Amino acid sequence: MSTAVGEMTNHDHHHHAPSGFTRWLFTTNHKEIGSLYLWFSFIMFLVGGSMAMVIRAELFEPGLQLVDPHFFNQMTTVHGLVMVFGAVMPAFVGLANWMIPLMIGAPDMALPRMNNWSFWILPFAFMILLGSLFMDGGGPAFGWTFYAPLSTTYSTDSTALFVFSVHIMGISSIMGAINVIVTVMNMRAPGMTYMKMPMFVWTWFVTAFLLIAVMPVLACAATMVLTDKYFGTSFFDAAGGGDPVLFQHIFWFFGHPEVYIMILPSFGIVSAIIPAFSRKKLFGYSSMVYATGAIAGLSFLVWAHHMFTTGMPVGAEIFFMYATMLISVPTGVKVFNWVATMWRGSISFETPMLFAMAFVVLFTIGGFSGLMLAITPADFQYHDSYFVVAHFHYVLVSGAVFSIMAAAYYWLPKWTGHMYDEKLGRLHFWCSLISVNVLFFPMHFVGLAGMPRRIPDYALQFADINQIVSYGAFAFGLSQLIFLWVLIKCVRGGEKAPDKPWEGAEGLEWTVPSPAPLHTFETPPEVK
Amino acid sequence: MSIRLISALIAVAPFAASAQSQLNMTQGVSEISQRVYDLHMTIFYICCVIGLIVFGIMFASMILHRKSKGHQPATFHENVKVEIIWTAIPFIILVGMAIPATKTLIAMEDTSESDVTIIVTGSQWKWHYKYFDRDVEYYSLLATPQEQINNRLQKGENYLLEVDRPLVIPTDRKVRFLVTSDDVIHSWWVPDFAIKKDANPGFINEIWTKVEQPGIYRGQCAELCGKDHGFMPIVVIAKEPEEFAAWLDEQEALALEAKAEEQRLLALSMSKDELMSLGESVYLGNCAACHQPNGEGIPGVFPSLKGTDMILNDRAAHIDIVVNGKRGTAMQAFGSQLSLRELAAVITYERNAWGNNTGDLVQAADVNEFLNR
Repeated sequence: MSTAVGEMTNHDHHHHAPSGFTRWLFTTNHKEIGSLYLWFSFIMFLVGGSMAMVIRAELFEPGLQLVDPHFFNQMTTVHGLVMVFGAVMPAFVGLANWMIPLMIGAPDMALPRMNNWSFWILPFAFMILLGSLFMDGGGPAFGWTFYAPLSTTYSTDSTALFVFSVHIMGISSIMGAINVIVTVMNMRAPGMTYMKMPMFVWTWFVTAFLLIAVMPVLACAATMVLTDKYFGTSFFDAAGGGDPVLFQHIFWFFGHPEVYIMILPSFGIVSAIIPAFSRKKLFGYSSMVYATGAIAGLSFLVWAHHMFTTGMPVGAEIFFMYATMLISVPTGVKVFNWVATMWRGSISFETPMLFAMAFVVLFTIGGFSGLMLAITPADFQYHDSYFVVAHFHYVLVSGAVFSIMAAAYYWLPKWTGHMYDEKLGRLHFWCSLISVNVLFFPMHFVGLAGMPRRIPDYALQFADINQIVSYGAFAFGLSQLIFLWVLIKCVRGGEKAPDKPWEGAEGLEWTVPSPAPLHTFETPPEVK
Repeated sequence: MSIRLISALIAVAPFAASAQSQLNMTQGVSEISQRVYDLHMTIFYICCVIGLIVFGIMFASMILHRKSKGHQPATFHENVKVEIIWTAIPFIILVGMAIPATKTLIAMEDTSESDVTIIVTGSQWKWHYKYFDRDVEYYSLLATPQEQINNRLQKGENYLLEVDRPLVIPTDRKVRFLVTSDDVIHSWWVPDFAIKKDANPGFINEIWTKVEQPGIYRGQCAELCGKDHGFMPIVVIAKEPEEFAAWLDEQEALALEAKAEEQRLLALSMSKDELMSLGESVYLGNCAACHQPNGEGIPGVFPSLKGTDMILNDRAAHIDIVVNGKRGTAMQAFGSQLSLRELAAVITYERNAWGNNTGDLVQAADVNEFLNR
């Protein structure tokens, strides 16, 4: 049986598989599409990162030195959009493509052609978005949150391109999410019940439902902005009976679940890595699953905590304060479970584990500032200050991005068949860890001292801390070039990786050879 | 690794205790701002304690239970009792935190029985203040010179936090602010009062403060509102109630005088030199942020005024757009912001600067016709 399958694979390969660029353009293979997603997201990470460098260079000292305020606003806007929709989300979809079939013992994703399409529309979305920067009047300059009426009446014509690119990104995400759901529901190997699925599969499964629920809401918000600007509607214009705050309600009804879309898969990654390097089973698997569900459910009930200063009725403020505080309970459960997993384990400190442990600590610090932000009266002071910038970068950079790096180091041997350079990996980790804290920790202080976010120039009392932050930013940016070096080195060669390079790792992905052949699990494995 | 972080957190605590720190939230100058500060510190300390415990256990595990020391892994992987405890304890802490937070929030949102009401209106990129039931209203613009922003002059002590006409409020009185906007969303933030309220176009938000000490308090717009979002500061001077009353009376008298002066000026003509020099200063203060000092605007964002059809060929349309603005664009109605003299001067300037040599002079009386349309 297995030889027959092998022959068929080879046959398929020799006669139909195109080579060169068309191989990648027409591929329907989950591993190849996963690699495309991952490389694309890394390129976007560098593009968005260079915009952050422009921002930090301008903010290095008071006064306007390098860019004018209008261009500065384009940089903050496009940096946010590129990092959220171009770097973090596609990285997670790439990991899902590579790992979900390998983890549940499926031969491929359930809908391979749609998989191809959902990737290949993304580069066009970002070409449109980035291209708009070169228009007369520049690209979008209203923040990634595109609040009306700044994005409608008062925006430039690049808004139309912005809306179009957001639509394409949304379609891509929805198709990716459908694929994950259909794959997980239908293609699990015999014996792989829901409560036996690895946490990464579980968290992605929940994330996919969140995506399907909220991406259409983002599409609505973007379309209403488009019609308000070009077709005379007044959804967000009081002069025509609309309300600008309505936009914020719609946006954040998307935006808050989106935050969890960008962190739940991280939880899954860390829940795979910490047990592997503690050589001990994940503590409280079922409570992890329930906590994931609880976080996802609550994420629909807390959106207006982004809007405490918009003038909501006091009753609504109280409701959203309580609901937001409640989220820290399931999130706390997760952190406690990871610590309990490490407790009395047999811990070793390879690069994936280093990133995963840094994730736990730094994400928790981001969670603490999140809890502080939930306290509505205090939020009146924190809101739209650098405290918020510090908060969400702790969650997204030292949270989501660190977990993606941990995942890359953890599975690189499986993807490439080579061990990465452990020394370089550790160098990358320590440089990133130190610089990310120099970059984001002092932001808490300037925020508390009263520095608003999204300003190109600032008062003199903020100068010292901004300089430290900028040094941290340049160092963090440069540290990522080490990562690029590690990746290239590992793809091109290195020590041969065994099928299971990590002593304590568990899961079906370690039962296939390294590198994982193009087709795996054509005969489903038996899960006991 | 994160011992450094934790020690950084602890190192902040002494700063946090001192009153006016550059690293922590201000305690402010009202009872409410003090309560907000207390809530902030309480939740901060709660987070520190939880952090110390959780990270402490994690680090202990990293030190004690490492493979290189030959530690053998245990096999436990669940414990219902422990899991219930660490779900319940955070919940109880949260309830304890929610009670004072709710009380403060309700007090902050109670704008009833105020003594003074001031209407605060944001527009790109300045604040307008109007004393309710009084004939006093004015715009408050950034006072920092462009040369300081462009690094050609030494920056002053209150760089970017200074305005030409600060808002004046009384101490020991409940002052209510009605906050709204003329164009995009702005946000009126004075940290010392613990006030931050969005200015939404077409809607009015309410907020209040009762300042305890006289002084000068500075803040900034907190909601991204376009190109010069970073350049619309707020300065509030709090005066003793009697001093405030005298100030307000004086301003009202000055405003009446200025109105009478306007009427008198209608009959007079200004010379071209006079118009051009006043016009240039008005232009740089009010128009150059968008149309740029050289009149060329920013392509695709703000139109050029240099050699354009309207300016060269349609005098009436030019006066009209300056006085009444253009709906649906960032072009504001300057008729309500500038005096007739200033309007006449700036229009004359635009019609004769940057090679626009129309030779036209626009006088206060010409502008007045459009103002009353």
